[in-house]
Amino acid sequence: MQHLWLIPAFPLAGFLVNGIAGRRLPKSLVNVFAVGSVLLSFLWVLKVLSGLQPLEAAYTERYFTWIQSGFVNVGFDFMVDRLTAVMLLVVTGIGLLIHIYSIGYMAHEDGYPRFFAYLNLFMFFMLVLVLAANYLVLFIGWEGVGLCSYLLIGFYYLKKSATDAGKKAFVVNRVGDLGFSLGMFLTMLTFGSLDFATVFSRAQSEGASLNPQTITLICLLLLVGATGKSAQVPLYVWLPDAMEGPTPVSALIHAATMVTAGVYMVARSAPLYNLSPTAMEVVAIVGLVTAVLAATIGLTQYDIKKVFAYSTVSQLGYMFLGLGVGAYSAGVYHIMTHAFFKALLFLGAGSVIHALSGEQDLRMMGGLRSKIPVTFTVLLAAAVAIAGVPPFSGFHSKDAILLAAHAHAPWMFWVGVVTAAMTAFYVFRAIFLCFFGTYRGDAHPHESPLVMTLPLGVLALLSLAGGYFDVPHYLAPLFGGEHAPHDEALVAASVAAGLGGIFLAWLFYVAAPSLPDRIANTLGPLYRLVYNKYFVDEAYDALIVHPIRDGSRALLWSLVDARLVDGAVNGAGAVVRSAGAVLRLWQSGYIRRYAAWVVLGSAALVAVVAFWGGNR
Amino acid sequence: MSLLDILLLIPAAGALIALVLPADNPGLIRKFTLFVSILAFLLSLGLIGPVGANAARYTFETDTVWIEYPAIRYHVGVDGLSLWLIILSTFLTPICVLVSWKHIEDRVKEFHVFLLFLLFGVIGVFVALDLFLFFVFWEVSLVPMYFLIGIWGHDRRIYAAVKFFLYTMAGSALMLAAMIWIYNRAGTFDLRLLLDMLRTGQLSFSAAEGFWLFLAFFIAFAIKVPLFPLHTWLPDAHGEAPTAGSVMLASVLLKLGTYGLVRVALPLFPEAARGNAPWIIALAIAGIIYGALVAMVQPNMKRLVAYSSVSHLGFVVLGIFTFTQVGLDGAVYQMLNHGISTGALFILVGLLYERRHSLEIADYGGVGTVAPWLSTAFVITSLASVGLPLLNNFVGEFLVLQGAAQAKFLYAALAGTGVILSAVYMLWLVQRAFYGPTPEPVRHHVTDMNPREWALVLPLIVMMVWMGVGPQSFLPAISAQNRQVLELVSGKPALQKSAQEVAHVR
Repeated sequence: MQHLWLIPAFPLAGFLVNGIAGRRLPKSLVNVFAVGSVLLSFLWVLKVLSGLQPLEAAYTERYFTWIQSGFVNVGFDFMVDRLTAVMLLVVTGIGLLIHIYSIGYMAHEDGYPRFFAYLNLFMFFMLVLVLAANYLVLFIGWEGVGLCSYLLIGFYYLKKSATDAGKKAFVVNRVGDLGFSLGMFLTMLTFGSLDFATVFSRAQSEGASLNPQTITLICLLLLVGATGKSAQVPLYVWLPDAMEGPTPVSALIHAATMVTAGVYMVARSAPLYNLSPTAMEVVAIVGLVTAVLAATIGLTQYDIKKVFAYSTVSQLGYMFLGLGVGAYSAGVYHIMTHAFFKALLFLGAGSVIHALSGEQDLRMMGGLRSKIPVTFTVLLAAAVAIAGVPPFSGFHSKDAILLAAHAHAPWMFWVGVVTAAMTAFYVFRAIFLCFFGTYRGDAHPHESPLVMTLPLGVLALLSLAGGYFDVPHYLAPLFGGEHAPHDEALVAASVAAGLGGIFLAWLFYVAAPSLPDRIANTLGPLYRLVYNKYFVDEAYDALIVHPIRDGSRALLWSLVDARLVDGAVNGAGAVVRSAGAVLRLWQSGYIRRYAAWVVLGSAALVAVVAFWGGNR
Repeated sequence: MSLLDILLLIPAAGALIALVLPADNPGLIRKFTLFVSILAFLLSLGLIGPVGANAARYTFETDTVWIEYPAIRYHVGVDGLSLWLIILSTFLTPICVLVSWKHIEDRVKEFHVFLLFLLFGVIGVFVALDLFLFFVFWEVSLVPMYFLIGIWGHDRRIYAAVKFFLYTMAGSALMLAAMIWIYNRAGTFDLRLLLDMLRTGQLSFSAAEGFWLFLAFFIAFAIKVPLFPLHTWLPDAHGEAPTAGSVMLASVLLKLGTYGLVRVALPLFPEAARGNAPWIIALAIAGIIYGALVAMVQPNMKRLVAYSSVSHLGFVVLGIFTFTQVGLDGAVYQMLNHGISTGALFILVGLLYERRHSLEIADYGGVGTVAPWLSTAFVITSLASVGLPLLNNFVGEFLVLQGAAQAKFLYAALAGTGVILSAVYMLWLVQRAFYGPTPEPVRHHVTDMNPREWALVLPLIVMMVWMGVGPQSFLPAISAQNRQVLELVSGKPALQKSAQEVAHVR
């Protein structure tokens, strides 16, 4: 026994201690429980993984039967294979850094213990999600991280925009979860099990004899779930709003870990997707559309966190593109590198916001390079990583995805390259607007404390050098040799796109700062369309939210319930009223009289029946 | 006298004793009722071992003549289907006493007499194995609830009580007529005897006869559930009832309807049940969605929870009429789940009402700031209600929907939208009542929970977690009995679909 259950149990314990007693504990103890539990979890992951190496086959621990009924038999089981190993390291490693950073970032906030309790609870559910040995236990984690996301987005619960955003995230995810659930039901009906081992071995051994339409339907339903959790078209709309949460939350949950759960789940289900080329194609196209759409929006935003949020949506699209073209390990590779540089982008942005006492608008920044040099340096590291500049981490994983996309369909590669150029542009646009030129705000910028800059430094190193963790090689036994041929010309094209994007950003925001406005004016309606995020939120409101709400009120409640059904009941309405009048007379009496009525009535009933019986 | 007889006797005897206690000593009456109800709860726990050992059969059976002619027997017993419903009733009664400790100050004695009388009635329904006895207890449970609403309710209590009474009486009349018809055909009210006669062919109903008899029972039960569109008494009853009344009504009384479907309607009229399943399922799904949509736009908290019950009970009816082991197990489990989490919601709403004296959501806001633990309890309960995994409702909903998918995949897809909508109405309620700035009246009146209130909320939360994490404590007994029901309904061993058989269902 490796006692895998301890991995999530540590943060669960941290949650319980800080959740129940946190308000009465001194801050230092809150920190010890919150950060200590994640540290223990991280160390336990290291111990387990070193004990299990080389981990060529999945290692499973079965704890107890969770639900047994009819042909449904679901165990509370955990499992570790190489895919889980990568996810465990990313989740606990990044999670630990972000917990440490939060000590500094949240130092002056109300609800400090509540924040760490939620953050620990998130770690618990996220670890259950990646350790699950069947779909239903995965679903525990899946819903649980959604809950924590809801709680943490709405952390500043006095602000209506924050609680609105939390609710929106939960509900939109629920739409996806219905798809996930239906996918599970169909899996259960098709394979008689939700265990990964059973389902996938049967999928592989009986692949040809299974109904291909059923498999495609399962895969598409699971994908619906993934588009919710991982913020893909058409369910991505909750993620930008999720930036209402504290910045460490944006980094941990809405960039590095939770939002990759959909990618993880699809990669986990690879044996099913491999049976359905149709579903794979849909995955790739959803990913590509999301990548492009979100990147274009990112070009125009001024809120530094919103820029990075759309960037996350776009990068997740990249990951789905990788999965869809069969490069599962490249997709997972990008989960990891993205976790490094995107967590860093958010934490760095948090450091900027912290320095400016809450300012998030890029137009109110500028010239901060000399005032907060450490933050500038680490953000630059993250920026070159995401822009795909060799040899930094993003370059490796992005190229693995793009080369595989080219092998699948060249046009997908080229769309991906254009997106890469946009990515480089919007990230460096943010860097230039924030750190170059002259300071346009009126705060007194100050560098963040060591407890914040230290995690930033570690993440900066990982962003720069993390590409050398050769995830595709490590995962090859799991997903098979999927390596696309290395093509120098294609690599050069994508690198050139990234560099071109950086150059354009420099041109627009450093060399010729009047250019962006002129272009925005020239493009007019198109610019406003993109700036307003294609009015997707407004369209959802007008087409879905309002009709359901208003229809329920006017049509169902006022008409059907009050008029039709109760109207019919009103046939007895006269009786109701007269009985009511009689009752009001009774009402003045004592309760003994009611009791007497009851006793008398019962006695009469029994007497009648008995008498009737006696006659015979 | 078996343990079951004693269990039935205790609340009745308790009610009679309470009746002669001095009315000017409400403290004594409260303590006495609390003692009696806790005693009943502890005794009911004694059922678990013996019944669990053989859940498919009746345990603690007593079968003696009550009335010579017409042949009415005092025939009681408990099996895996009724076991947990009985314990749910005894579990909630002490909680209802505690929740009324400060809230009920008027006619304290009568209130507690009715509460114990109600417990007597519902236990009776769950254990009765003679149709007439079943009917008598059915009526007995109706009367105290009528008075609980009509005397201790809010402003429109008379209207609500009468509406409740008339609706239910209409169903009761149909049920009684059907029972008398059966008696005339078979010469007995005894449920097991009737089933034996049906199996051996001594008794058989023509198709038309079966249909009308089934329909009479079905309508009586559907009103109690309540199934859309027979639900309009429920929001009024809940909106006006005192907290304890709402808890017993939602948690226990509604289950009499779904229990009756499984105990009486399905086994006696399997063909009619099967033949009418499609439109019943359609109504159940309509109720799931309709209840959720109307709950969403309610300005009154208790009415919101009432409409959510319409939605949740739709899941139960859906599960029953899938005629699958999974669906039926889920349905019975969901009866218990709804009892726990909706009972808790009504209690928490009641605590808010005692403080702020309003049920309008708009009168609240920012409760989280002034009463963090009350808010935490409410959020946990809401999460249970929306079916978050590791809490109770998830297990029931999962099984019901899996069973629905097995019957017809479309059922699961349609009913599943109710799960989305439940998140909408519950989280919106939480947002409006507990988050945001705290208005002055809330700041002034709303305080956090005191020890007594903890004592009644905490057991419910423990049960939510227990039933979500460890459903195997409860499901085996339920499954064993349901297998019997399904064998009766299908006329052959239950649909124990192996994985192979299921493989190409679609």
